Amino acid sequence: MEPVTAVTGNAIPLPRADVDTDQIIPARHLKRIERTGYGEFAFEYWRKNDPDFVVNRPEYQGAPILLAGPNFGCGSSREHAVWALQQMGLRAVVGTSFADIFRNNSAKMGLLLASLDPADVGYLMQRAQDTPEAPITVDLATQSVSIPGGWRRSFEIDPFVKHCLLNGLDDIGLTLQHADAIAAFEARRPALLPRTKR
Amino acid sequence: MPPRTLAQKIWDAHLVHREEGRPDLLYIDLHLTHEVTSAQAFDGLRMNGRKLRRPDLTIATPDHNVPTVDRDKPFPDPLSQQQVDALRANCAEFDVPIFDVLDARQGIVHVIGPEQGLTQPGMTIVCGDSHTSTHGAFGALAFGIGTSEVEHVFATQTLPQRRLKQMSVEVTGQLPPWGTPKDIILTIINRIGVGGGVGHVIEYRGDVIRNISMEGRMTICNMTIEGGARAGLIAPDETTFAYVEGRPHAPAGDDWDAARARWRTLTTDPDATFDTEVVIDGAEIEPHVTWGTTPAQSVPVHGDIPDPDAFDDPVVRETAKRALDYQRLQPGTKITEIPLDRVFIGSCTNSRIEDLRAAAAVVRGKRVAGSVRAMVVPGSGLVKAQAEAEGLADLFRAAGFEWREAGCSMCLGMNPDILQPGERCASTSNRNFEGRQGPGGRTHLVSPPMAAAAALAGRFVDLRELF
Repeated sequence: MEPVTAVTGNAIPLPRADVDTDQIIPARHLKRIERTGYGEFAFEYWRKNDPDFVVNRPEYQGAPILLAGPNFGCGSSREHAVWALQQMGLRAVVGTSFADIFRNNSAKMGLLLASLDPADVGYLMQRAQDTPEAPITVDLATQSVSIPGGWRRSFEIDPFVKHCLLNGLDDIGLTLQHADAIAAFEARRPALLPRTKR
Repeated sequence: MPPRTLAQKIWDAHLVHREEGRPDLLYIDLHLTHEVTSAQAFDGLRMNGRKLRRPDLTIATPDHNVPTVDRDKPFPDPLSQQQVDALRANCAEFDVPIFDVLDARQGIVHVIGPEQGLTQPGMTIVCGDSHTSTHGAFGALAFGIGTSEVEHVFATQTLPQRRLKQMSVEVTGQLPPWGTPKDIILTIINRIGVGGGVGHVIEYRGDVIRNISMEGRMTICNMTIEGGARAGLIAPDETTFAYVEGRPHAPAGDDWDAARARWRTLTTDPDATFDTEVVIDGAEIEPHVTWGTTPAQSVPVHGDIPDPDAFDDPVVRETAKRALDYQRLQPGTKITEIPLDRVFIGSCTNSRIEDLRAAAAVVRGKRVAGSVRAMVVPGSGLVKAQAEAEGLADLFRAAGFEWREAGCSMCLGMNPDILQPGERCASTSNRNFEGRQGPGGRTHLVSPPMAAAAALAGRFVDLRELF
């Protein structure tokens, strides 16, 4: 994974609650066996049904940040949702709260998530609607979301996730450093536990 | 040792490594896999020259994409065929056992784990599918993961995880007539909201939970994720042991006694504390119907479509307005006056033998309404065979239902079983999201008997008036 540091650019305001991963990437587009080719299907239903849907609007094309409502990414565990968002050009999502599996998947893929108070997200949404080209910076090292002129808010992030993102670490490699502990655990597992093959 | 919850005990028993400032490293006892979320993970192993550490703790079945008719022919969608072919090839390369499309044991991954006796109390179970929470019904810690985590488990048989908050949901007293496990979980989600369980594991407790079958417990744990919690579990008891006993992978002989002795220790300590506690009176759990586009948006069947303006919270209000616009429903409409085009009985939530029996009991001797196309998709080949042996398949077919092969089918519309734009469906599945069952389709979540009654009447029915 490439290291993640800071993302600066304009932001797409999506003021909807409980945006599920079926909206982010519909199931019928999960048939590929690669990690690529999902960006064009991100938010497909809303893009197709509403020409004026915010993601369709020319002023937000290429924006690297999404502004999201509460419980963003709920529903299915599909990591394809993160791939689709990244492949449509997003590198960070600033919202009020995120679903657990979506949060984990984002951490693995280097999509930066920042949770702020609803009032602060609301302020950024209004600003992005009024001034679509206005930039925002999401900075991982300082755990802050800021705009030019001094407005700045902090966000919490798991310290281990931060460490992995900043350094672009492969956590399978980190886990394999504990290979001895894994083998020792396996040696003491009860023999009566089920196996899928004998 | 301080008092612990059941979930904490299972967690501690699977701890491989703990280090300050890092997630706990947990051992995974069983890894279920299917075609949709695994191909990229197998690729990851190949690209990094890694082995799949424990094929003997891994099992695969194709379920999401598979057509439910003409299984001996190539799939109509070449992409679906390619994905299932890739699973087959990956399982061969990495020596993972697979219940393939034509295997009698093939089925929805969350149906076959319990059916084979692979799901047992006290285990850690993962799958690249959010409904892995189903297996919590056995007192296992089971949760859904993404593809990068699937690769992690393939390579290491472990998973780094942050500790979860503990939630207790107690359902007291007794259910009213026609209140089913599906109605229990819809009521719970309605109460806590779709984000109410985020960061938590839920333990379901109370007399109502104790008195329901394993199938019913699986329905409840299955939809835990729809309340935002990754895992939900129920302490194992005699009902659990009776279900597991004698299944192909269940312990036998002396091992059975030893296993049961271990499983009896799997309870929450009396003095253990929960971060969040919810108590629901079972008497309030009436047959529910979802009206919106999240599983929390539901009302009892005798109710009306709510007026969004009646909700105080502006976010809830706005979400309800959007949902009603998508569903083409007006506030004040009686639920029992909503006409239906389709009925789907199936999915990892409600496709087990008891679900089919409950639906069949309503259908017996009657006919599906002329305006409705209704379909039953058993959860596995073995469920299908059992239902056929019990005469349920003939009963459904005689009533005008389509009787299909096992798979996820119309729950998520990855195979040819989808709603057409504008069609309205009563579904025993778990998600009523926009377009979930097909672009432009409108979904109402209900229990199997409610779905069966809706198929006969062509609209929702208050079962209490029918029987």
